[in-house]
Amino acid sequence: MTQSPLLLSVDNLATHFFSQEGILEAVDGVSFDIHAGEALGIAGESGCGKSVTAQSILRIVPSNGKIVMGEISLFQNGESIDLVQLDDRGQEIRQIRGGEIAMVFQEPMAAFSMVYTIGNQITEVIRLHQDCSQSEARDRAIEMLRRVGMPQPEQTIDAYPFALSGGMRQRAMIAMALSCHPALLIADEPTTAVDVTIQAQVLELMKDLQRDMGMALIVITHDLAVISELCDRVMIMYLGKDVESAPADVIFRDPKHPYTVGLLRSVPELGEGHSQELDPITGSVPSPYRRPTGCPFHPRCPEFIPDVCDVHLPPQIELAGGHRVRCHLYVQD
Amino acid sequence: MAQADAVPTRTNTPADSPPDQLPQQLEEGRGPSSADNVLEVTDLRKYFPILRGFFRRQVGEVKAVDEVSFHVARGETLALVGESGCGKTTTGRCVMRAIEPSGGSVLFRKRDGEEIEITTLTKPDLRSVQQHMGMIFQDPFSSLNPRLTVLEIIGEPFVTRKLISGRRELEEKVAELLRSVRLDPTYMRRYPHAFSGGQRQRIAIARALALDPDFVVADEPVSALDVSVQAQILSLLKELQSELHLTYLFITHNLSVVEYLSDRVSVMYVGQIVELGRTDSIFRQPRHPYTEALLSAVPVVETGKAGLRRERIILEGDVADPSNVPAGCTFHPRCPYVQDICREEEPQLVDLTGANGSQPHYVRCHFAEELELQGVRNSPQ
Repeated sequence: MTQSPLLLSVDNLATHFFSQEGILEAVDGVSFDIHAGEALGIAGESGCGKSVTAQSILRIVPSNGKIVMGEISLFQNGESIDLVQLDDRGQEIRQIRGGEIAMVFQEPMAAFSMVYTIGNQITEVIRLHQDCSQSEARDRAIEMLRRVGMPQPEQTIDAYPFALSGGMRQRAMIAMALSCHPALLIADEPTTAVDVTIQAQVLELMKDLQRDMGMALIVITHDLAVISELCDRVMIMYLGKDVESAPADVIFRDPKHPYTVGLLRSVPELGEGHSQELDPITGSVPSPYRRPTGCPFHPRCPEFIPDVCDVHLPPQIELAGGHRVRCHLYVQD
Repeated sequence: MAQADAVPTRTNTPADSPPDQLPQQLEEGRGPSSADNVLEVTDLRKYFPILRGFFRRQVGEVKAVDEVSFHVARGETLALVGESGCGKTTTGRCVMRAIEPSGGSVLFRKRDGEEIEITTLTKPDLRSVQQHMGMIFQDPFSSLNPRLTVLEIIGEPFVTRKLISGRRELEEKVAELLRSVRLDPTYMRRYPHAFSGGQRQRIAIARALALDPDFVVADEPVSALDVSVQAQILSLLKELQSELHLTYLFITHNLSVVEYLSDRVSVMYVGQIVELGRTDSIFRQPRHPYTEALLSAVPVVETGKAGLRRERIILEGDVADPSNVPAGCTFHPRCPYVQDICREEEPQLVDLTGANGSQPHYVRCHFAEELELQGVRNSPQ
């Protein structure tokens, strides 16, 4: 995986929201790299900043939010562009959105306009980014719908979003996102709104498409199992910090951060039977306006070290095999 | 914090037997009544009319729940599981008569042995029976009135039913209930907005348990919560069940939760029960192709344990439209094992007890006994 070229590099990104209640540090010093063709999973509970990280990459952060620090470098044809420096309404970022980087949202009903057919909306994307005629764009849209497994794409292309079932809508949205062959697809909770059997269909589809089209993938979800199915690398976030990141097979076998350990233990596992013991993390995620001092996880942490964890923010520690963790337990001095 | 004796009125519980010792000879809801069943549901139906045009003529009906029969024994957890639109929530609401069923019978047995047919009760009688039932909803952000304090929310059932005389007594009761769900009683004067999602769900649970119910319907109680909080609520529900001998009808789409919490499970598809039996035996060896597909569709975290990876079955298409149910077996358009008979003849719910040991195991499939289906293997020893 390290052989393929670097595609996107996020370095020390911080996105804050400014509101009457104060400054909300939604993303606070997050760094990660994605190589071409790689799949990265970003996991965490609500309010951990995983969606804002994705919005920052595409520069679609809501208007009261601002990227205050950091770089997001996109590498294209040997050149790098810092997305943070671009005008968020400018021509350049518009070419990248939907072209180089595409996004799939949780709720397909919200991503499509109600008053146009899906064909209309997909061809619009294609014609914005590629130089082609209306009928060529339509052919490509049909081809794309067929590729995502839409039954009778010649007919469904003229359907309105409300006429499609949840799974079909999800497929249509994936088709729209992939219609310009992006180098990176960001999927924000792609299967949270659909049923289990549909979720299996969508996950299988995304796996196939990623392999066939060789694109990189960022999956944002609270469901570690979805990440385990799809991703090569995992980054766990908590209150705007990247607390742990590692290759997927490493992090699920040998989690280091107490939060990751807790997350893995709080999910009942299929096949473990009626008698399995859950070991939930105590308390709940604090309000982001009242972020704890020191390590943000320390009030809930079973390994809490007084006078260390509540005072100093732990540094990012590099362990063997590309495993990074932000925890005082692993500081060696 | 945990106080096992927090609610004093629970001393008269007759059935302390663990659910696995319950009599099993009874046929689902149809056979001779067993004294240990809190609930016996027989042929429950709920059809919603489809109205069209200016005169609101009925042009069809949605069979949301179609001839559903099951029983819930005292002290056990029965899970209703299925995808959206399968009728699991409608079943739960019909059982409590929160909505009116179109037909069938729901027999409710109180702790003192009195049997009540819920479907024929008048409104005032129904209200007095409903105090023996509690309900927990999915979203604690919409199920609690934001204008009432916690004291008023949890105390409301006592006040409206005039069960309590003084304010002191009410506060003591509410404090007890808050302690039983592991919340600090000093919070009782706060409003719901001051609490996190998990705490709100605890308040909702305390309210459901306020009148010492025989039976609690929990409709997706953890689906709206964060992962780490889900685990807290699940273990709380399990602890409360053993402390207070609660009986749960647990409605969920999450199979891992079903396995963790329930003794028996009823798998629903398009308004019908397709499989019903003990959770461990169904999960180990399902007998209906839909159950098999559901189990294999659940994504799992690969922790590196060998042998956990299962062959995934990807079902084609979507859940059938309940207003236009396919002929024959409702599952046949998606079934990987479909035969000609499935397209024409509707299978009946049959008991496979003989084929599967001593526990009743109901399956609605023509080939239930022939198919070798794959379940969830326990992790390798």
